[in-house]
Order: sequence, then structure tokens, then C-alpha cells
Amino acid sequence: MVELEGVGLRYGPVRGGASRSRGDGVLHGLSFGVPEGGFRWLLGASGAGKTSLLRLLHLAVRHSEGALALLGEDIGGAPRSRLPVLRRRIGMVFQDFRLLPHLSAYDNAALPLRLEGRPEGQIRADVLELLGWVGLSRKLEARPAELSGGEQQRVAIARAVVGRPALLLADEPTGNLDAVQAGRLMQLFHEMNRLGATVIVATHNDALVARHPAHTLMLQEGRLVRDE
Amino acid sequence: MSRRDADPARRLRRDDLAKGRSLRRGRADELGLRRALADRLLPSLVGAMAFLAALALAGVVGAEALARHWRLGAGGMVTVQVPDPEAGTRVRDVLASLRGTAGVASARVLEAGEMEALLRPWLGVGAERAALPMPAVIEVRVAEGAGLDAGLGARLAAVAPGTVAEGSGAWLQRLGVLARSVQACAGFAMGLVGFVAMAVVTVATRAGLATRREAIEIVHGLGATDGFIAGQFARRATALAGGGALVGAALAVPVLAGLGSLAAPFVGGAGVDGAGWGTGLEAWPSPVWLAVPLLPVLAAGLGWVTAQWTVRRWLRRLP
Repeated sequence: MVELEGVGLRYGPVRGGASRSRGDGVLHGLSFGVPEGGFRWLLGASGAGKTSLLRLLHLAVRHSEGALALLGEDIGGAPRSRLPVLRRRIGMVFQDFRLLPHLSAYDNAALPLRLEGRPEGQIRADVLELLGWVGLSRKLEARPAELSGGEQQRVAIARAVVGRPALLLADEPTGNLDAVQAGRLMQLFHEMNRLGATVIVATHNDALVARHPAHTLMLQEGRLVRDE
Repeated sequence: MSRRDADPARRLRRDDLAKGRSLRRGRADELGLRRALADRLLPSLVGAMAFLAALALAGVVGAEALARHWRLGAGGMVTVQVPDPEAGTRVRDVLASLRGTAGVASARVLEAGEMEALLRPWLGVGAERAALPMPAVIEVRVAEGAGLDAGLGARLAAVAPGTVAEGSGAWLQRLGVLARSVQACAGFAMGLVGFVAMAVVTVATRAGLATRREAIEIVHGLGATDGFIAGQFARRATALAGGGALVGAALAVPVLAGLGSLAAPFVGGAGVDGAGWGTGLEAWPSPVWLAVPLLPVLAAGLGWVTAQWTVRRWLRRLP
């Protein structure tokens, strides 16, 4: 499902500076695997590279070195035109939500299904069910600016899981949620994991990890220091 | 609460219908382009370009029509003057010679009344005119597509000494050059208008890309293809460019009608002082009226192609 062998990530040349130099590496020699249906906590201090690793696995950036395989595809050798299909099989909950401000909660959550080209009739049932599940059934037409941080987070979660992704990535998904909502979210993640999705959740929340013990990946300064 | 009501999805759908809500009104504007691609500046500029293109197009077609009309009219005519027409059979001999010449469609001697009408502006109406020695004038029509050889004048002079043949070749040649120059300028202007319209769409699209960069990155991350994103921009650019060009082309119609009325006397129609003052539209050849309605279609196509190309090129920077 997820296979990394000596993967490094270095952001592109820094432009506009006194000289053009290669950006600093943010991930170094990462090697680990997550089997299909696996669950991993991704831990590490701020700046350890958790978000960069999730961006890499979400195909928002391409690795600079090593070999990366996702969903059975060698990403290094995959043509650019192949990546959108893979991205549609990956759900991502961003730390900063990344909702489209001009769309309603309903349209934001429906977006992955529309990009898949699903008929509107099929989309409607799934989106309504999920938004109802995260407690936003009365705010279907609210735009992100009209929602609280926690509500935006829940829309982002609905959007990430509505397409029933094979790989679900979450970056601090409980950061804006109260304890009850955080518990419900973990319940959702476990349910998706039980149904076969591979789940990787980055968090600082030690209490949450303690309540839901699972395999842990620990990053430190862009290097993997624990995989157990 | 019944079991049916306990089902959140069912309840939501029912509530939604009860409130008469439509969660999907028309096509979703995923990238927010209705705001990002302004609906005033782009159509206004493309409309102005379409207006200019209509005038340039009329210039191309009109210059060709005018040149052709002159070619078929004056260009197909040769005037032969036979001095001292009363002496012997000079006029008849020249006529016979002309009618035996290849390329001559007809040759006839102008009547006295016609001669009088021709000379009236210069000589007026008076007895003194009768004292002037008047040549016979033969109007020769050249068959369409044919030409008379350069030795015609000499041959006629041999038949009746002093006979002069006057064609309109030299000034028609100059008119032809003028018409072709006007056509070239108008064609260049049309090309320039097309180029400027493309530049306008490109600049507007780039501005839209800059404004909606974050939204594009989000949609791209959710699995949108380049074709989907470029298609959203292209649809918007097509609608704006096509709509603007439609207005521009419509505004050009009355202007062309006015110009047509002014040009009508020169192309054989009625004009400002003609008996049959028309709309002016009939003065233009049909290619103008076929091409003007096509301008919005062309502008829409140009908007679509330019936006697609600009967006797809920009998207290459994303992984």
C-alpha cells in the first residue's frame, strides 16, 4: 500500500535570494511500509517533517530521492497524467482545512465525488449522510467563513472520507475539535480502517494516541527514528 | 421518533425537500471563476476587437468588390475616336476592323444625343459647338476575361489615319494596386485584432490563475485533472469572449450599413442621391454578412483555445 525506500524530499531552488541555491532537505532516507488496512500514528515535534511526509504521500510534492510506491504504483516512474487518478483514492484532512471559500459546506464535501464524475443523484445521498454524521446537517449551505474552526474541520473531514479513499491521511485532525467530536472522528477513522482503508494520522495529541494505541512512526529532523 | 426518522440520511433528504432547498443550482463554480474572471473588462475589450474586426473584414471584402466592379465596368471598355468621320468610309472601316478583332464583344458608334450629353459639361449648349470638328466616337466593349493587344491603335490608324484608341488600363492598374493595398492593410488589421484579443484573454486568464491559485491547488490535490481545471477557465473565457464579440459585431452592423449607403453609388447601387435609398446593407457583398455573424463564434473559439493553452501551461508547475 505505502512503501518508502530511502525517500528524501528537498524543496526546489530558492528564488529571489542573493544566489540561487537548492532548498534544504526536509526528509532524509525514509524507509518504511504500511500494509493495506494498516493504521499508523505519525508523531514528532513541530518541524520534524510530519506535514511534509503527508504532503509527499498525498502527491502534493514529488520526492527528490529514493523509491516511493503508493496504492501499488511506483510514483517515481508514474507519468504526471497518472497522478490525478491516484489522488482521488487518497483522502487528506489538512491542518488548515483548505476548504474552498466560495463553496457551501455541501459543495465542499461533494467536490471529490464530482471530480470522479459521479452523477449528482448518487453524490447527494452520500454527502448528506456524511455531513449529517459530522453534525452539520443544518449548515449545508453555509460557506466556510460562516462556520467555526471546528465546523470547518468537520467539513474537511467529510470531504476527505466521502470518496471512501483507500489511503486516508490526516494532519492534526483533532486540533480544532472538542473531546466529543475528537472521539467521534477517531471512531470514523477506525471504522474506515476496519473497512479496509489504510490510515495515517499525524498528531501532537499524546492523550489521543494513548486512548487509541497503534503502530507509531516517529520523525525527528526529517528522519524516521521509530517504527513500531 | 420512528425508525425511518432515526436514519439521518433519510431525514436530511426529507428535510431538504421540505424546505424546498436546491443544493445544486446549475453548474458549480468550483474555482470561483465568476468573480476571478471579471465579466466586464474582458467582454468589453473583446467586443471592441470584434467591432474593429468587422470593419477590417468589410474593408477586405469591400475593396475586392469595388476593384472587381471597376474592372468589369471601365476596364472592359475602350473608346476609339475617328477624326473627320464624314470623309469616305472611315468610320465603317474602323468598325469593321474592330468587329473582326478577337476579344471585342461589341462596337458601336455613339449617337449624336449621347455625344452632346458627353460634351455638355465642357462645351455647354450653344451654336458655336457646331463649328467644332467633332470625331466619331466608337464605344468598344471587351469580352469578359479577354484583353486587347497593344497594337490595336496602330492597326486602326492604318485603316483610318488619325484614329486613336484609349483604354483605361493604366489607371485601372493603379486602382488594382490601391485595392490590394487596402486589402493587405485590412487583413493585417484583422490579424492584429485577433492577436490583441488573444493577448487580452491570456492576461485575464493569468490574472484569474493568480487570484485562484489556492483554490486550484486544492482542487488539484483532490484529484482534478489538468483538463478539468483548464476546462473551467476555458468555459468562462469562451462565454465572456463570445458574449463581448456578439455585442461588438452587433454594434458594427449599423456602421457597415452607413458605409454601405455611402459606397453604393460606386458599386452600381443606389446611394444617398439615388432613387432607391435602401438600408445600405445590400451594398456589401454576401461574404461580409456571412462573416460578421461568425465573429462571436470565432472569438469564443479563440477564448477557449487561449484559456486552455494558458492554463495547461501554468499547471505544469504543479506535481
